[in-house]
Amino acid sequence: MTLEFFIGHINYWLFIVLMMTGFYIVVSAGNLVKKVVGLNIFQVAVFMLYISIGKVTGGTAPIFPTDMMGKIKADPEIVYSNPLPHVLILTAIVVGIATTSLALALIVRIREAYNTIEEDDILEIDARTARAENIIHGEAMGGRA
Amino acid sequence: MATASETPHIALTLRDHLPILQVLVPLCTAPLIVLLGDRRIAWGLAFLAAVLSLVVSFLLLMQVMDGSFISYHLGGWAPPIGIEYRIDAANAFVLLLISLTATLVLPFALRSVADEIPARSHTLFYACFTLVLTGLLGVVATGDAFNVFVFLEISSLATYVLVSQGLYRDKRALSAAYDYLIMGTIGATFFVIGIGFLYMTTGTLNMADMAERLVGQGDNRTVQAAFAFIVVGMGLKVAIYPLHLWLPAAYNYAPSAVTVFLAATSTKAAMYVLLRFMFSVFQPEFVFDTNLLLWILAPFALLAMFAASLIAVFQTNFKRMLAYSSIAQIGYMLLGISLFSVTGLSATMVHLFNHGITKAALFMAVGALVLRSGNTFYDRIEGMGRVMPLTGAAVVLGGLSLIGVPGTAGFISKWVLVQAAFEADLWWVALLIVASSLLAVIYMWRVIEVLYLHTPHPEAIHKEAPLSMVIPMWIAAGACVWFGIDTSLTMGAANTAAIGLMGGTDGMALTPTVGGLLGTGH
Repeated sequence: MTLEFFIGHINYWLFIVLMMTGFYIVVSAGNLVKKVVGLNIFQVAVFMLYISIGKVTGGTAPIFPTDMMGKIKADPEIVYSNPLPHVLILTAIVVGIATTSLALALIVRIREAYNTIEEDDILEIDARTARAENIIHGEAMGGRA
Repeated sequence: MATASETPHIALTLRDHLPILQVLVPLCTAPLIVLLGDRRIAWGLAFLAAVLSLVVSFLLLMQVMDGSFISYHLGGWAPPIGIEYRIDAANAFVLLLISLTATLVLPFALRSVADEIPARSHTLFYACFTLVLTGLLGVVATGDAFNVFVFLEISSLATYVLVSQGLYRDKRALSAAYDYLIMGTIGATFFVIGIGFLYMTTGTLNMADMAERLVGQGDNRTVQAAFAFIVVGMGLKVAIYPLHLWLPAAYNYAPSAVTVFLAATSTKAAMYVLLRFMFSVFQPEFVFDTNLLLWILAPFALLAMFAASLIAVFQTNFKRMLAYSSIAQIGYMLLGISLFSVTGLSATMVHLFNHGITKAALFMAVGALVLRSGNTFYDRIEGMGRVMPLTGAAVVLGGLSLIGVPGTAGFISKWVLVQAAFEADLWWVALLIVASSLLAVIYMWRVIEVLYLHTPHPEAIHKEAPLSMVIPMWIAAGACVWFGIDTSLTMGAANTAAIGLMGGTDGMALTPTVGGLLGTGH
């Protein structure tokens, strides 16, 4: 692998690093808020991938000059970047914000109900509830709930 | 590039706008419900939206039953530049399932939701419900890859809220909703990465256009990565066996009405997207070695059929048992895909519908039992079949359909699946399908034994469920029998859909054959 190859694909390398960082945090973090942060990094990595592929070498901002009447005077000499991925990512950012806010709202309710936001504690409380259910409902059926 | 002003004015009737009305009606209803803010009106509006969606989806299916498709251009912008809604037999069939379930669930929800959720949350509950409906219908109707992601997230986000509403009965609904949110978002993000790779390769987002440009790109590593990302991402939403971990808790702790709707529709819509991408966009016969599909997907499908069924056998809660059974049933659909033939895909499509109505009937029975017994642990619902004869009988009918007894809808799908296995010379797969159905006999028999052969629990209310719950339940249970005897609608649509899907690019051709209705001014 040459240095040129590495630098030529720098946006993809950054994407991979960022995506894996985010993904690792989602999987490994025990704190629910940290998981959401990881999810955000994971999503931002994808945003970066999309935005970086919209760049055309030597391209400028994709804004057509217009004359006084509002008629487009496109110059075929000028190279423009691709605006479509940017527009897509605007939508994806909105989705990401909605997801984050919903997740945080859920965490608030979890904290009210469980009095903790550590995953291990929540799992333990859930397991204890399940054991209690086992004793009430399971033994009557000769099995486990 | 055709702009809106260049498109000649064509007189349009409401009929031409059906594809967009399918999504628009529930989408506009949701904010209306929130703005009016009255809980009585909320239910009425949601029900009206569901009924209108059902009418629209039925009209659409009638138009495309002959194998043609409708291409609707949003705002008159012609594809591939503009967003296209494309209705063919495959998605019209799924649209019908989704809107039919919504129409059945809402009357059922009236009592069930009143019982399980405090009154102050009802307005927002029904608003979220219509949003889920919007998202699912949009995912299925659209022919634009990025649009799929947007609608997918609309429906998923609203679903997480609905699942969390179970917190008034059990606080574990909150952690279930959170887990579902994390896994669902990872799935959706994987899907978006896949779409990004496809866009990098083809420069288009229109699924039909994408399919044409992907021909002969099978060796392209970017395309292969896109395929993997899309299959894994959608696999999380479908709950394919090793990716199913969110499902049991989400189904178990969600309010009963939500579980009915989710079990019957949301995994089915995701399954449709998976089918659409695997067959219409990628066309595996060009892109990939088809045997690979069998050896990658079939083991997971078989694992789901056996492992999830076995876990279901050992449950002591009816609702949780049905959740595991759902994972097993998704295995059958996946098996149909992995056999890679028209018959196999027909089996998947028809099982999608049949399993939807079967699980709707069963989960509605669960809702009725929760109303009368408080919960569905086996020791609480003991003998309830005797005091609730209609609910008990619906469980029996739904159970028979789940097992696949002749004369029920479940039999039709398993019969076609076994046929597909024999067609592929995989007799041992056919044997395994029958063997896993035997596991369904065991777990359904346990429930039926509990419901009928014990004396009723003293703390339960010994009364039949209200008519508003029994009638939708029996429409679904009746449908299990009806579609087990008269298969012209289900098998007809499934077959047309399967032929269209296996047709690959031909099935997604850019030139509209019939009913290219709108904005085709060039």
